[in-house]
Amino acid sequence: MKKRNIDEYEHFRPEIQPIILVSHISENFKSLEVLKDNDLYVYQGQVIAIIGPSGSGKSTLLRCINQLETVKSGDIYYKNKCITQGTVKINDVRKRIGMVFQHFNLFPHLTVLENITLAPTHLKKIPKEQANALAETLLTRVRLLDKRDVYPSMLSGGQKQRVAIARAFSMEPDVILFDEPTSALDPEMVGEVLNVIKDLAKTGITMIIVTHEMGFAREVATKVVFMDEGCIIAKDTPQKMFDKPENERIKSFLAKVL
Amino acid sequence: MDSIIHMWNQYNSLFIKGSLTTLVLSLISVVTAMLLGSILAFMKLSSYAPLRWVSNVYVEFIRGTPLMVQIALVFYGLPYLGINIPPITLFGMDFARLLSGVLALTINSSAYVCEIVRGGILSIGKGQMEAARSLGFDKTSSMILVVMPQAIKNILPSLGNEFISLIKNSSQVSVIGIAELMYTSDTIRGISFKPFEPLVIISVIYFIMTFIISLGVKVIEKKMAKST
Repeated sequence: MKKRNIDEYEHFRPEIQPIILVSHISENFKSLEVLKDNDLYVYQGQVIAIIGPSGSGKSTLLRCINQLETVKSGDIYYKNKCITQGTVKINDVRKRIGMVFQHFNLFPHLTVLENITLAPTHLKKIPKEQANALAETLLTRVRLLDKRDVYPSMLSGGQKQRVAIARAFSMEPDVILFDEPTSALDPEMVGEVLNVIKDLAKTGITMIIVTHEMGFAREVATKVVFMDEGCIIAKDTPQKMFDKPENERIKSFLAKVL
Repeated sequence: MDSIIHMWNQYNSLFIKGSLTTLVLSLISVVTAMLLGSILAFMKLSSYAPLRWVSNVYVEFIRGTPLMVQIALVFYGLPYLGINIPPITLFGMDFARLLSGVLALTINSSAYVCEIVRGGILSIGKGQMEAARSLGFDKTSSMILVVMPQAIKNILPSLGNEFISLIKNSSQVSVIGIAELMYTSDTIRGISFKPFEPLVIISVIYFIMTFIISLGVKVIEKKMAKST
């Protein structure tokens, strides 16, 4: 694993600008308070794993970062620009933040290659040959180059998710968000997807991953965030979170899943 | 049976003329209804409440009133609105009647087309829109590049069925004197004093028309299924 020279302090270090800053965000679904006053600082190059029981608000928090969910109160900053006040064009921010979904959401009417080249050709106006070359590089990295002209319906779940990961990289973003990337996969396919994510983590890209795969989180994450009932309970290094959990809630959760 | 064949031999030119009128009326109406219906569908899906409201009221009213009433409303209503159409003849028929007929059929069909298009779009899971938006596409581009290509596969067969409905409904514009197929049947009954034979003949003609279109719909459905 590439050694990182960023310390995993929890508190804000003003001399290093966080790439993503989540500040006091709360969110409601009808009368249910899904997120309660959460703060999160994400620095460039970090891999943040968000873990916790179902319904704890992990996915909601993640989806607030690229504004697929809007917050009731609080602010989110991307590279010092506030994206929750409506002053920044969210479409431009989304080009810098990629997302991988639990249910893949590949475009079924396009081939694998076209899925990946769609955004660069239309949004960055990259010529077709260049976009195809970029897509082929990404497909090689996820080990699916031979499927370039296949339609998504012909792929297995693990293959679909790997294509989805390649697609998330197509706009060369700074941050990639993973919303339970392996939760919808059959067990035998989970490994191939996790290996791809591990390889990509080595490239130094910033990642925020909501996951139930504790072993994976321990191996890949530089920081683990535990959420329960809408609140961030703890933020620690994987070693501290998994080996010496301090909080009772974390202890009982880990006892159930490990 | 003999009398039916005899009737066809005697009046086939009239029946054919009536069939052509029916087809042309239906074709023009279905095209304009598709345009209007699509606009209404996007209005109904809009985040801007007044647009949704207008579309909702329109669709509910049109679906809740009989077509024949709507035809009469349009025909007698145009002069009330101050729209007086000059008494010119088009293809041997009064232009005012033709226009009223096409207008009424369009307005009626557009309400159903609206629901077909809207249903087709909503049937595409929101994950598709989210995936497109997460790449940085705005709402319109996401619609055009991702949602609509998929929605059309659901919409086209239903539109084909709407065209079939329209051909059958076009028989009702006979009440304002447009010489389409049903009107032709009434005319021939008047000339020959035989009410039954013309009706049998036009039933067969209507059936042939709708059957050919339903075959076309099946072909389109097969083609769409292949490309997924």
